[in-house]
Amino acid sequence: MCLGVPGRIEAIRDEQGTPMASVDFGGIRKDVCLAYLPEAEVGDYTLVHVGFAITRIDEASALETLELIRSIGNLAEELGEEPADVAPAPDPVAGAARGGDPLAGSRSVTGGDDA
Amino acid sequence: MKYLDEFNDPELARQQFEDIERIVTRPWALMEVCGGQTHSIVRNGIDQLLPEQVRLIHGPGCPVCVTPLETIDKALAIAARNDTIFCSFGDMLRVPGSHHDLFQIRSNGGDVRVVYSPLDAVRIAADNPDKEVVFFGIGFETTAPANAMTVVEAKRRGLTNFSMLVSHVLVPPAIAAIASSPDTQVNAYLAAGHVNVVMGTAEYEPLVARFDVPIVVTGFEPLDVLEGIRRALLQLEQGRAEVENAYPRAVQAGGNPAAQAVLADVFEVCDRPWRGIGVIPASGWRLSPRYREFDAEHRFEVQDLHVEESPLCRSGEVLQGLIKPNECEQFGTTCTPRKPLGATMVSSEGACAAYYQYRRLDVPEKVRA
Repeated sequence: MCLGVPGRIEAIRDEQGTPMASVDFGGIRKDVCLAYLPEAEVGDYTLVHVGFAITRIDEASALETLELIRSIGNLAEELGEEPADVAPAPDPVAGAARGGDPLAGSRSVTGGDDA
Repeated sequence: MKYLDEFNDPELARQQFEDIERIVTRPWALMEVCGGQTHSIVRNGIDQLLPEQVRLIHGPGCPVCVTPLETIDKALAIAARNDTIFCSFGDMLRVPGSHHDLFQIRSNGGDVRVVYSPLDAVRIAADNPDKEVVFFGIGFETTAPANAMTVVEAKRRGLTNFSMLVSHVLVPPAIAAIASSPDTQVNAYLAAGHVNVVMGTAEYEPLVARFDVPIVVTGFEPLDVLEGIRRALLQLEQGRAEVENAYPRAVQAGGNPAAQAVLADVFEVCDRPWRGIGVIPASGWRLSPRYREFDAEHRFEVQDLHVEESPLCRSGEVLQGLIKPNECEQFGTTCTPRKPLGATMVSSEGACAAYYQYRRLDVPEKVRA
């Protein structure tokens, strides 16, 4: 029920006052309601849940997350096989992967009341 | 498919597992709240590949599973009426009520239809003005905006033959209920990312402060789930308890403001009984007074319900993470997806269904020991 499927917006139209889109899911096209994503544009990737677009998928954040996960491996290689005295590993979120404004969502929600 | 394949990369998953191995020094128990994540975990064997010290406890995040039996019985009574077309998500059709399910209502001549989008139910109402069309509006916050739009549309189009049977549930009160339980074993929570897509992350800050537990907003693909687990473990090992977003490509701190505005208009908070768990205060949404005319419970007087839960089903314990599905004596024998005793064996998010699909040949540890 809570599953969301990413798809690309191919066309946008108005259907009796409701903004609707044709969304491509890897070759399958479906009609999707855009009422909750009024700023969506053709070419955007969106997450679709029960026929509604509920968010835009942010490409930069997606790449950042993948880069972060890749950097874990690099970090391990750099640290060699004996990471005991550096474990827990330096937080890769705060460290290597953070050029520019990566994981902006992460930072904004973790900010503030640090324990 | 873009945004799916990349987050299923086995090589990157291996790196995440290795990092988790490095991080963990003590036993920890994490709860993935959402049943969709449970399926991802069990399907991919994530729980079996984690270090032995890390235990995953499956949470109650399956709306089909927690819809109260009394509400199911009401749905069955309404669906059986001659003048009614009853519309539902497909998952609900095999959920056992006290005496039968929606499939049986349909085979007895009831007009029960599966819809993909809730808006389909509104279209059916517009096309069938001589029938009462009732939509079974269940779900967590993820589904609520879609369900809410049905009554907004019905009102806008002046449809008087549409109504919704509402059984909405909310994630933060469920986390609070589990975290307040004196025998809870959960050290950190993986929040259901698509709930946060709608609601944002602010309502989780008070939970972190009150219970001193990490809450990590987590996605659904294998790498997303592993990243949620990894960050939760990192917090625990470092003695931190924060709200953290491990799913930033979909979740923004403020959520979806357009959806929140409609939710605030259409729904109001209410106490809600959860099947197998009991009443959780302020854990549900019902239609607000502005939309009460579309409330199927007000429109249809349903009386003489004799609610009766299966005495054999242990889904309540499964939903609270107290037992694993395959520790139930009925699992895979008297209870299967075709002939379920409880909703957890039915839903595509139910933990019992996940274990039946991917683990039914495993011997549970308790039996082995």
